[in-house]
Amino acid sequence: MQSAQASFENIRKDFPILERTVRENKTLVYLDNASTTQKPNQVIDAINDYYRNHNANIHRAVYALAEEATELYEKSRDKVANFINVKNRVEVIFVRGTTEAINLVAYAWGRDNLKEDDIIVTTEYEHHSNIVPWQLLTREKGAKLEYIGMNDNGELNLDDLDKYLATGKVKLVTFSLVSNVLGTISDAETIISKCKAAGVLTLVDGAQAVPHMKVDVEKLGCDFFAFSGHKMLGPTGIGILWVRKSILETMNPFHGGGDMIREVHKYETTWNDLPYKFEAGTPNIADVVGLGAAIDYLSNIGMDVIRQHEIDLTSYALDKLSQVKGLRIYGTKDISKRGGVISFNFADVHPHDVAQIIDEEGIAIRSGHHCAQVLMERLNVAATSRASFYIYNTKEEIDALINSLNKVARIFKL
Amino acid sequence: MSNADIYHEMIIDYSRNPINYGKIEDHDVTFHDSNPLCGDSIDIDMKIDDNKVSDIKFHGKGCAICMACSSVLTEIAKGKNIDEVRNISKTDVLGELGLENLQAVRIKCALLSLKVLKSALYSYLGKHLDDSQDVDKLKEEAANLY
Repeated sequence: MQSAQASFENIRKDFPILERTVRENKTLVYLDNASTTQKPNQVIDAINDYYRNHNANIHRAVYALAEEATELYEKSRDKVANFINVKNRVEVIFVRGTTEAINLVAYAWGRDNLKEDDIIVTTEYEHHSNIVPWQLLTREKGAKLEYIGMNDNGELNLDDLDKYLATGKVKLVTFSLVSNVLGTISDAETIISKCKAAGVLTLVDGAQAVPHMKVDVEKLGCDFFAFSGHKMLGPTGIGILWVRKSILETMNPFHGGGDMIREVHKYETTWNDLPYKFEAGTPNIADVVGLGAAIDYLSNIGMDVIRQHEIDLTSYALDKLSQVKGLRIYGTKDISKRGGVISFNFADVHPHDVAQIIDEEGIAIRSGHHCAQVLMERLNVAATSRASFYIYNTKEEIDALINSLNKVARIFKL
Repeated sequence: MSNADIYHEMIIDYSRNPINYGKIEDHDVTFHDSNPLCGDSIDIDMKIDDNKVSDIKFHGKGCAICMACSSVLTEIAKGKNIDEVRNISKTDVLGELGLENLQAVRIKCALLSLKVLKSALYSYLGKHLDDSQDVDKLKEEAANLY
């Protein structure tokens, strides 16, 4: 345990941004990791090295640089496949992020497979990126969008799922593995086994899960899986869509253009092999390389070690926050069902005011609806404050958060 | 000014006890808008008699800055004639609360109610005036608030 503690102290040294001060010479305490994470030198250097030494377009030219760039790009695909335990690398598609991944499924799978009166099921705690694409699709098709409700503990009511599955009209059930607001870890095993029994496909939004815990797509048994690079130490603008090959083979392209074709004639085109059929245009090569470095970094630490670190931090924070008078925490207190995300409201003080006052102390938390307005409505709040943790956070930083909340209490005379 | 200095006594008081808070059931015009960034949401109801804002109330959810500015704005607008209300500027509202140097990210909190007021006004004028040029100008004013 001593050595684990020591290694987490060393981790901070890899993140140059954590050394800077903000506002009036305050040490930065970065607690908005559910939104995006900071980047270690290893990732920054990998991108830098790519542009300094290997930059070329991939998959085409025969010269040395192009070969190197292609190799780096494709090596990252292998790293991704290995990281989430995907057996067949051609099922891994590089996209811009989780949002684009879900839109790709809604467009390229949904438009060919959904018809009038069919049902897509999502949940009340989804991010807008797992609601709006389905609203667009169901509206276009005259289909319906239904929601699995949530209890006051922030857990899904799976009776709702049974009810919709019983109609025989559900084509897809889509849910996040970890809620970006409540931190709830969905009971994916039960949801997916119910869907499988009903012959219904499942999409899992892994954006808040893959960075924080071991995720095994094979074991999960879903059909579509999406996540983002920038929430796991990688650069912005790169994300992953995994699709089971038997489904991917039936899907039409998302974008048309270069690299996704086999032969183009005046009036017809044949498609390239998987996964290139779904990667039109010059991809975000440098950031794919950066994501590969992020995966190496996380793998070196070990996802189980990371999960344990976040459990320690989250338990500590839940304990400290629940001692603050007037502070309401949303979601379950059961740490085994919760990721490192804590949403709260502090008496009658608006989250924006909380965030601004503690920002003066150098503390960065998120305030607002967190792209989850359906959930805000369900919780009957306009907004929440949210602290979310990652590998470089410490208990001292949580103490700093608690101290800064005392300042809020003082200003607002709580 | 330090950003935390904006949380002075007057702001806190107005946020706790907003003035002109509520609804006007027999309003002549009502308008709603929200700030997608933070979820602040404001409705303004107005009663207009003889070209004058005879009563004005607001309701909704917002941060302390938003609530304080809505209080001050409705107080400024009350009793004024339509032309005067049209000319209320952002500095009138911000100045009243010493928020002239508010950081960009919070300006939208402060000015949401002014945007709603101007939108309410042009929707009223749109119904009651034929001068479409005038209405367009007002729309432009509202759009350029930030």
